[in-house]
Amino acid sequence: MQKLGEFKLPHFFNYPPYFTLQPVRDTREKQIQLWKELILDYCKTQKVFVIGLEEEFPLFTNTVIERSLTFEAREAFLLALVSEGRAEWMDKGHRKCLILWHRIQEWADILLQFAKDNGLEDGVVTIEEIRFGTESQGTELQGIDRTILNRALKLLEQKGKLVVFKGTSTDDEGIKFSV
Amino acid sequence: MTGNSLPPVKLTDSGRPVLLPNEIECFFLSGVDLLCEDEPNTWFPHLKSGLLILTTHRLLWIPEAAVATSTSASSVPLSSISHIFPHKKSLKSVFASPRVRFQVSPSPERGVATAGSRSVVVTVVVRGKGDCDAFVAKFWENWRARAWEESEKATSSSSNVAAVAGSSSSGIYSSDGTVRMVGVSGILRKEQEMWESTDKSLQDAFQDLNALMSKAKEMVMLAEKMRQKLLSGSNSQTNTTNDEEMGSKEEMQELLLSVGIISPVTKESAGALYHQQLSRQLADFVKVPLDRAGGIINLIDIYCLFNRARGTELISPDDLLQACSLWEKFDVPIVLRKFDSGVMVIQNKSHSDEEVFTKIKVLVMKPDALRSGISPSDAAMTLGVAPAMAKEHLLSAESKGILCRDVSPDGFRFYINLFSEIDRDDMHLVKDHGIYASWVRAIPVHG
Repeated sequence: MQKLGEFKLPHFFNYPPYFTLQPVRDTREKQIQLWKELILDYCKTQKVFVIGLEEEFPLFTNTVIERSLTFEAREAFLLALVSEGRAEWMDKGHRKCLILWHRIQEWADILLQFAKDNGLEDGVVTIEEIRFGTESQGTELQGIDRTILNRALKLLEQKGKLVVFKGTSTDDEGIKFSV
Repeated sequence: MTGNSLPPVKLTDSGRPVLLPNEIECFFLSGVDLLCEDEPNTWFPHLKSGLLILTTHRLLWIPEAAVATSTSASSVPLSSISHIFPHKKSLKSVFASPRVRFQVSPSPERGVATAGSRSVVVTVVVRGKGDCDAFVAKFWENWRARAWEESEKATSSSSNVAAVAGSSSSGIYSSDGTVRMVGVSGILRKEQEMWESTDKSLQDAFQDLNALMSKAKEMVMLAEKMRQKLLSGSNSQTNTTNDEEMGSKEEMQELLLSVGIISPVTKESAGALYHQQLSRQLADFVKVPLDRAGGIINLIDIYCLFNRARGTELISPDDLLQACSLWEKFDVPIVLRKFDSGVMVIQNKSHSDEEVFTKIKVLVMKPDALRSGISPSDAAMTLGVAPAMAKEHLLSAESKGILCRDVSPDGFRFYINLFSEIDRDDMHLVKDHGIYASWVRAIPVHG
């Protein structure tokens, strides 16, 4: 079984047509489906939050069979993720893509669970602590992308579950939960 | 009285008349009635609304809607026509449909009327569009040329020769005193003589173009004769001839078979009916090459073959396309098909893609093909068709979801479609049986 770092690749990763965007609709839909699953699976296990269309991405090249995705193919697969709500373009030019293996709502739920687990229902925590603190070690929140975290916080703030305090710098921002 | 008082005309599957040896079509008129205006109750049938074809030997009348009418295609031999009345132009004729009149005398030996019938004046009423004057001129010309006499002479003389040859088959001396050719030397001499005469006619033919035109008929006859001989030869002496000889014979036969269409439909002769008649002739012609190509053939190939068979009366690609597209309207067993890529082919209506797909499936499931796919030329070898054609088959198999493509710097290859076999909820799952499993077994194992 082929591996990409720690990531276990499925057999079909060595299937050359997997790397050519299929022109026939039914076939292409199935191909896109498999790519979506693989990208989400990889990003989740490897904690990759952003894929740049013009940058190297390990999944998009298979050195064993000497195939790599064309720009059009990458764009098509990411677009499919975006249209399903599992990714978002970060810029107008559609060059960078934010991968949401958890939707924002799910991230928000994870945050609340984090607060409960650490007895922070009425407590205060900094953003820095959430991302790199000892409490979050080993959880999904460890190393979370800033954009995603902000979006989840905003969602919770709207629902009245917490308040964000501005600090002197962005890393100083604090959160007061009120669950 | 209708029906049997005129000799019937055999039609091909596509509705073209079967012509006599050396008979050539000269003029087509549509929407024509043939009737005896003066005496309505004679033996001559009332033929209503049909296609009139003037040939060097006959006037052919073919009903326009072949299915509906009770009268069948009939002919009037030019030999039984005793007089053609000049085309009169009167004030009346300006308004009425143009008419041409001729007199037919009964000749029971040719199938025209029964013995003792009186000769009648037949009127040709041209209701459709068509150059009536040109028709009359051509009619006169052909009637005066008496082409039928020539072929009658030829058949009678050849039967005489056969009779003579048959009667004097014993003894070394032939009836005129020369040594008959016997044994191997005889065969060699005969061969030599044939070569010489062939050579001579070839040389004569190329002396100038006019000579070529007049020799053309002889050449066709020669080709036909040689073909007959080869055909009879291959039947009677298969066991004595060796393979090489058989091969060259077959090749020769093929060459001769493709020599030609004796009476090509031309714009000049068919006028407005050109495409329609061309279409029917093409339908008849296509059968043999289509069978040989396995039920599907490239339009370009047919264009070449057809024009080659026509010799000097070449048609344009556009004419060919129009002729093919008219097939929809006739009841012919072939269709023009356009692939998604724009490539056009002629195929039998009975030709099934399924058969081709089955063959392709077997091909792509071979271990080598599972590993590295197939190219159009691989498929061409298996299917026995041209690579361009094979590519079309592969593309249509792809569009059916049987194959999928791999485009890489190494080229364009096709693989069996695995996408539908893979479980999207468990990407690592390989079922024990099925295409995906056999593919996994076929690929080399990596780190």
